[in-house]
Amino acid sequence: MQAKKRYFILLSAGACLVLLFYFGGAQLPASGRNRHDRSRHGYRSDQPWPHFSDPLHQFLPWDQPDTEEYNIHISPRQKRDVNTSVYKGKRCRMDSCFDFSRCKKNDFKVYVYPQQKGEKISESYQNILSTIEGSRFYTSDPGQACLFVLSLDTLDRDQLSPQYVHNLKTKVQNLPLWNNGRNHLIFNLYSGTWPDYTEDLGFDIGQAMLAKASISTENFRPNFDVSIPLFSKEHPRTGGERGFLKYNSIPPFRKYMLVFKGKRYLTGIGSDTRNALYHVHNQEDVVLLTTCKHGKDWQKHKDARLKRFDRLKGVEMLHNSTFCLVPRGRRLGSFRFLEALQAACVPVMLSNGWELPFSEIINWNTAAVIGDERLLLQIPSTVRSIHQDKILALRQQTQFLWEAYFSSLEKIVLTTLEIIQDRVLQQESRSSVMWNSHPGGLFALPQYSAYLGDFPFYYATLGIKPHSKFTAVIHAVTPLVSQSQPILKLLASVAKSQYCAQIIVLWNCDKPLPAKHRWPATTVPVIVIEGENKVMSSRFLPYETIITDAVLSLDEDTVLSTTEVDFAFTVWQSFPERLVGYPARSHFWDSNKERWGYTSKWTNDYSMVLTGAAIYHRYYHFLYTNFLPASLKGMVDQLANCEDILMNFLVSAVTKLPPIKVTQKKQYKETMMGQSSRASRWADPDHFAQRQTCMNKFASWFGGMPLVHSQMRLDPVLFKDQVSILRKKYRDIERL
Amino acid sequence: MCASGKYTSRGPALIPRMKTKHRIYYITLFSVVLLGLIATGMFQFWPHSIESTAEWSLDRRSVHDAPLVRLPVSSPIPERGDLSCRMHTCFDVYRCGYNPKNRIKVYIYPLQRFVDEVGVPISSTGLSREYNDLLSAISDSDFYTDDVTRACLFVPSIDVLNQNSLRIRETAQALAMLPRWDKGMNHLLFNMLPGGPPDYSTALDVPRDRALLAGGGFSTWTYRQGYDVSIPVYSPLSADVELPEKQPGPRRYFILSSQTAIHREYRAELERLKEENGEALLLLDKCSNLSQGAASARKRCYKGQVFDYPQILQESSFCVVLRGARLGQATLSDVLQAGCIPVILADSYILPFSEVLDWKRASVVIPEEKLPEMYTILKSIPHRQVEEMQRQTRWFWDAYFSSMKAIGMTALEIINDRIYPYAARTYEQWNNPPVVKWSSVNSPLFLPLIPPRSPGFTAVVLTYDRIESLFRVITEISKVPSLAKLLVVWNNQNKSPPEGEKKFKCPECTAIDGLSLDQTHMVERSECINKFASVFGTMPLKVVEHRADPVLYKDDFPEKLKSFPNIGSL
Repeated sequence: MQAKKRYFILLSAGACLVLLFYFGGAQLPASGRNRHDRSRHGYRSDQPWPHFSDPLHQFLPWDQPDTEEYNIHISPRQKRDVNTSVYKGKRCRMDSCFDFSRCKKNDFKVYVYPQQKGEKISESYQNILSTIEGSRFYTSDPGQACLFVLSLDTLDRDQLSPQYVHNLKTKVQNLPLWNNGRNHLIFNLYSGTWPDYTEDLGFDIGQAMLAKASISTENFRPNFDVSIPLFSKEHPRTGGERGFLKYNSIPPFRKYMLVFKGKRYLTGIGSDTRNALYHVHNQEDVVLLTTCKHGKDWQKHKDARLKRFDRLKGVEMLHNSTFCLVPRGRRLGSFRFLEALQAACVPVMLSNGWELPFSEIINWNTAAVIGDERLLLQIPSTVRSIHQDKILALRQQTQFLWEAYFSSLEKIVLTTLEIIQDRVLQQESRSSVMWNSHPGGLFALPQYSAYLGDFPFYYATLGIKPHSKFTAVIHAVTPLVSQSQPILKLLASVAKSQYCAQIIVLWNCDKPLPAKHRWPATTVPVIVIEGENKVMSSRFLPYETIITDAVLSLDEDTVLSTTEVDFAFTVWQSFPERLVGYPARSHFWDSNKERWGYTSKWTNDYSMVLTGAAIYHRYYHFLYTNFLPASLKGMVDQLANCEDILMNFLVSAVTKLPPIKVTQKKQYKETMMGQSSRASRWADPDHFAQRQTCMNKFASWFGGMPLVHSQMRLDPVLFKDQVSILRKKYRDIERL
Repeated sequence: MCASGKYTSRGPALIPRMKTKHRIYYITLFSVVLLGLIATGMFQFWPHSIESTAEWSLDRRSVHDAPLVRLPVSSPIPERGDLSCRMHTCFDVYRCGYNPKNRIKVYIYPLQRFVDEVGVPISSTGLSREYNDLLSAISDSDFYTDDVTRACLFVPSIDVLNQNSLRIRETAQALAMLPRWDKGMNHLLFNMLPGGPPDYSTALDVPRDRALLAGGGFSTWTYRQGYDVSIPVYSPLSADVELPEKQPGPRRYFILSSQTAIHREYRAELERLKEENGEALLLLDKCSNLSQGAASARKRCYKGQVFDYPQILQESSFCVVLRGARLGQATLSDVLQAGCIPVILADSYILPFSEVLDWKRASVVIPEEKLPEMYTILKSIPHRQVEEMQRQTRWFWDAYFSSMKAIGMTALEIINDRIYPYAARTYEQWNNPPVVKWSSVNSPLFLPLIPPRSPGFTAVVLTYDRIESLFRVITEISKVPSLAKLLVVWNNQNKSPPEGEKKFKCPECTAIDGLSLDQTHMVERSECINKFASVFGTMPLKVVEHRADPVLYKDDFPEKLKSFPNIGSL
């Protein structure tokens, strides 16, 4: 019993000890590990860089800048010259390979070499040359030129291609103005050939800049070369097709999430990515179809997947998909890119090292998903992780970019030239906002102002408002003989407007200026300008005296009341990029004559407002004068007609929106627009025919019909409502 | 524990019956157990107190405690940086992987003191205050990971901010000795002062294989676009001097030059400009009567007149930032802090963070050659643009220049954006100052589109229980040709919606019709408006005086020819 008890006690005590050590021991190493951990990283595990207590040196000693004066060394001017001699060829930059002194201040002119007899030029290249020759940059005098463009076709430098031009090297070297390619721009779509597709052009380009498709980041010389998109032979010269997106749908998902349909290469460069695509294909919403049905021996390799391939039409697939894969082809760029962009299918780039088109100015993250070929298998989950809001924005941006820079060859070429011009003029260059938001860099001219708030397009983006006043510009063509002339009445009623800052009378009359006292006394300053050459277009010159954002353009015989002016101006403040006017006109397609028609009939819609009485942003004066070609302005001046149509074309081409018609007093309807003094102009039967001709001429220059119809008129809120007239702010408009 | 408890409870009954010998034995055994218990208990508490003292001492750790690493002379040297490196060729993206947070992970090597074979350190200054700040900031950020296997980016703790204090060859050897160096893949080096006399190269001269370089003072020839990150040269004054933010507007001087190390040819040209334009220009230089050091860095002089630097920068609209021996200048940071618009004359210089920042909005870049035309060029900038730029400069400084932390985080954000481009920050996020972010309006439907009639519209009718008026609405609206779908939202939990074509009578409907005239209703709606405006922080509603009507609305015109003849007839 004793022994039993003793053993029991001994056993339990032993068990106790074992237990103790077990628990205690288990904890000991754990805490030891913890301590070890912490001592390695610092005192908190989430803040592992230790806090050092000792005084540390500054990385920049106070006296270092002074000891580093480089006075002893060569002068900075010499250093610049050294750069020029060192950084050549692949290391060319504007600083080292471009002669800025050739470019006159505020003027960027492009010279195109005359075409030589017997030289074969592809249609695409011919189109590039004629676009430049038709642009405002063109000069036929090489002495004036800042940039030179060859008349030798360099687009296709694939030796196996029928378009390949032989002996280019000697032909280029023999050019008298070649100057080792300095200030030259060379356009190229294809370079190298099977199997390695190098980016070598097959001749020494010297110090010339490249505007090249499928250029790789390794070969791209930043801010020197321009990456252009790969476009097909069928790409239209001007205008171009609109984007596919007609309206936004929310949620923004389409039938397929991600599609691709294209060639597959069995071997060689670019085959890896395209061959791997089927791994991602899931038959449902990720449809990636590749075919070997090209080249000579595709039938040897065909498989079951080919059968499904033909059933789905390419373009339809793009239209039905949210994202479109753009994998590299043999070369980095592929036609799929522009196709996807136009189809409002967000491109998913799978082309490592491709310098994307116009990468210098376009922020592609806002319109495409830049994937990594190495992470192909992650692509589906990546695109699925993109939020609806982002998809909606990406899709709209594809459409903006397509229409702003890619839809026609003219846009591609002009964008290239504008990019180079921005580099040359430096101070007068576009900011990223101007390139990447509506209406885009081709319509936003930096020569107008360095300040974004001076343009009509960025008020919302900047969170500011336009000036609260306007400048009236009255176009005077008849001499001042009587005090009852309409112009004087007009002057008085406009001057009474609370929003009127000043009135400019543009004296486009052959008679000399009337004496100052003949003008009525007004509370606002009246400035009389004698018109230059007395031509029609001078009414749209960007006069420096126009200090307000808004311009009220008036014919001398316009009849307007102060209330009408006030109301129109408040409307304009809500739509500062649009034309706001009173009498409206419309265009239509005359299918019998296969041309555009013009009508002044009262209809249920309109697409133009007459600029004899319209409010718009003063930027349009600048754009009319500097953007439009001399041929169209010349036509207007010669006919002394159509200037308003041209202005409507211009503003609608920029905004993609119709003008805005506001209410006008009805009893003046017939007389409002020139039935009195200028009766001759409006009653002339030729006048109407001229306007039809103008429309068609303008439409052909714009490459399409920019005018847009509207069925809306803006009236004061209580207009003709059954409430007391005293409650109405703009009551004069409905009073007879 | 259980056993001993049992023992004590039974103890008194057992002990008297035992022999003394046994009793002593048991007592010894008992005390051993007790001691064991106490010792264990002590162990439970001791480690904590040991650790807390260790913590205290760690908090005050010294750089001299860092382990010493001796570099053998024959230790390998990395290759010089490869100029053709790009993210898709020299960066291992698999290390970053797919990440739902779209955030890269950054690992910092623990601090080591590298010395050569004879014990001379590789750097004359060792870890600088600024680099220490930078690494602390990274380790405090959500980029940080202490797990080297999960890291996407590696930051060595070897300080290469200032090349002047480095022994090039040995530093390179030290880099190559890092355990995960692997040809510099995914390694990020921070350098602000590259090059040295007499040529002053524009990128760090330390051979570094494929490592990414966040460098101050890149030229277009050394900067690997899309791979390197251009960073500013941090100004030590940033931490010392507080400059109040100044409202945009005209300043006392038009152009100010405050740099002390300007090439004599450029200084001569600046003086010529000063002669032509007089008071509008202020040309400062170092004060000859002051000794070197921190104090002299805070003073500038013009003909014996002493000015406080950098405060004087606030008195000018434009401040000249000319290249020195190097392209990157710490002055740029001071100038931005002062809200002065930098006029940058440094040909081929890659501006800090130019990958994401739109410098056109905050600076004027003029070719060195055009220095004589500087005055004319600056005069041609519209006033409102000058004010915009003044605001922008200060915002850039606050957000991206003000501290080593800001600089380091910005560099990491830029790399992060490259790796997850679909989740990258937008241009507006990078460039718009808070004022603009608040006041600007960016419509989610920004593309100017005039939708066609074909898809039509969906009518959504909210209803409570006024069935009669609901049916009236439905009947009317279903006549509209462009109606594609009609959706009735039944907003009444007590009743179930009417089925099919069944018609309900609703006697109380007419009574509620006067709802909108109800006084309390109006008061409630006003309260709503105030509440919403306070939540939005501003009143987003805008007042207009116009209304959209059909073109021929109420015109004296045959009604049957109008597209919308019935409007306004009610």
